[in-house]
Amino acid sequence: MYPANYLFTDEHEWLDVDGLEGVCGITDFAAEQLGDIVFVELPEPGDTFSKGETFGTIESVKAVSDLYMPVDGEILAINEDLENSPELVNSSPHEDGWMIKIAIKDESQLEELMNSKTYEKFVEDQKE
Amino acid sequence: MTENIKKTPLNSEHRKHGGRLVPFAGFEMPVQYAGVIEEHMAVRTAAGIFDVSHMGEIEVKGPDALPYLQKISSNNVAKLADGQIHYTALTYTNGTFVDDMLIYKYDENHYLLVVNASNTDKDFAWCQKNTDGFDVKVTNLSDKYAQIAIQGPKAQAILTPLTDVDLDAIKYYWFTEGKVEGAECIVSRTGYTGEDGFEVYCKPEDAVKIWQAMMKEGEKYGLQPAGLGARDTLRLEAKMALYGNDIDDTTTVLEADLGWICKLKKGDFNGRDVLLKQKEEGLKRMLVGFEMVDKGIARHGYPVVDNGKEIGYISSGSFAPYLKRNIGLAYLPIELTEIGTEFKVGIRGKELKAKVVETPFYKREK
Repeated sequence: MYPANYLFTDEHEWLDVDGLEGVCGITDFAAEQLGDIVFVELPEPGDTFSKGETFGTIESVKAVSDLYMPVDGEILAINEDLENSPELVNSSPHEDGWMIKIAIKDESQLEELMNSKTYEKFVEDQKE
Repeated sequence: MTENIKKTPLNSEHRKHGGRLVPFAGFEMPVQYAGVIEEHMAVRTAAGIFDVSHMGEIEVKGPDALPYLQKISSNNVAKLADGQIHYTALTYTNGTFVDDMLIYKYDENHYLLVVNASNTDKDFAWCQKNTDGFDVKVTNLSDKYAQIAIQGPKAQAILTPLTDVDLDAIKYYWFTEGKVEGAECIVSRTGYTGEDGFEVYCKPEDAVKIWQAMMKEGEKYGLQPAGLGARDTLRLEAKMALYGNDIDDTTTVLEADLGWICKLKKGDFNGRDVLLKQKEEGLKRMLVGFEMVDKGIARHGYPVVDNGKEIGYISSGSFAPYLKRNIGLAYLPIELTEIGTEFKVGIRGKELKAKVVETPFYKREK
């Protein structure tokens, strides 16, 4: 269920790495927990954030949640479709519901992220 | 945290239908099943069924029931006919809310108050405290009643084959007693969604069979179980106040724009002096409906700001699933309450534009 080639954070973001760039979104588990997503607030291309810093917010009907940067990096692009179709995060969290594309600043931080198997187990533990 | 959390008789039904259960007002209640938006739309276009067994019921009986209720409630209870219901405020002597509630009139000596779950104990204590000089008996019957709300344009069609009550004969905000699925119930044409519909009060042990019968009968009409999430967005579109958000012990009945339940000419009641003075001198602030102009959702507790200064607050705010706009209710300085007036909401460090709009946001076609 979680793409095998993606990396994951314990805040339920995924990162699809291609060289020194990565595409980031939230996982199916996170989207399901949040419920119907109605608003996503994203940064501007060019903004830079450190790992763990809030790069945006996501709102379901009931709640507001922060979005956390998976690794240090600069925003290269954002998913403009989410402005008018935030529900893409629910319907396609791992693909069409992507949020930001980043330039990865420190490749060594990737080693701190979980692979899909580890993340799957992490989610199972959270459901307990 | 989880000790002493109460379960309604329908707890197992919620689990069966995939309800996500959360603690609410001392009860374990479903916040959603299929999803807030889907449930919300089901209520607007077909029907939804809600477990509202957590609501409190307080019985008032005795020869002084009417004068007693006239003292503790802001609406004019003398106007109620037998079998009629009205919305009112249980007021403190400073004109603010102990709670908001419905009063059901059986007859001059017998009424039922339906109050918010989170306030039941407080309300009951307040009711008891106010009985001095009145020949009344006030009883907390909350554990004796389960309550199921069925709401939406198909509600009557679903309920009709399950009851011996002539539903056509129940007008809006009236009730009767009769059988639903063979069990003795109170059936009222009331609700908290802005749709037509009914609230059915039954014995706790009858709740499951009534719920199951409604679910079965409702299947062909698109009936869906709906949780607290949809209940909140539905009531907000209909601009029905939520205690703890839009009204509480810091807001008066008039500030809450509920002048229509504040009958200052009916005689004395708790808080009347303060409310009368407020009316004569003019309000300094009032609750209004608004719509976001800028992108963003203003939520409960966010400040209304003017050049960095807090001048009011958002009492409720959400994406409105049926209207597909970001709406809410806010306490604003009176000079900003005209329809069309723009103001700013502080949202995570930004000041985003909103404007005052007509309410209710949503009104069903009759």
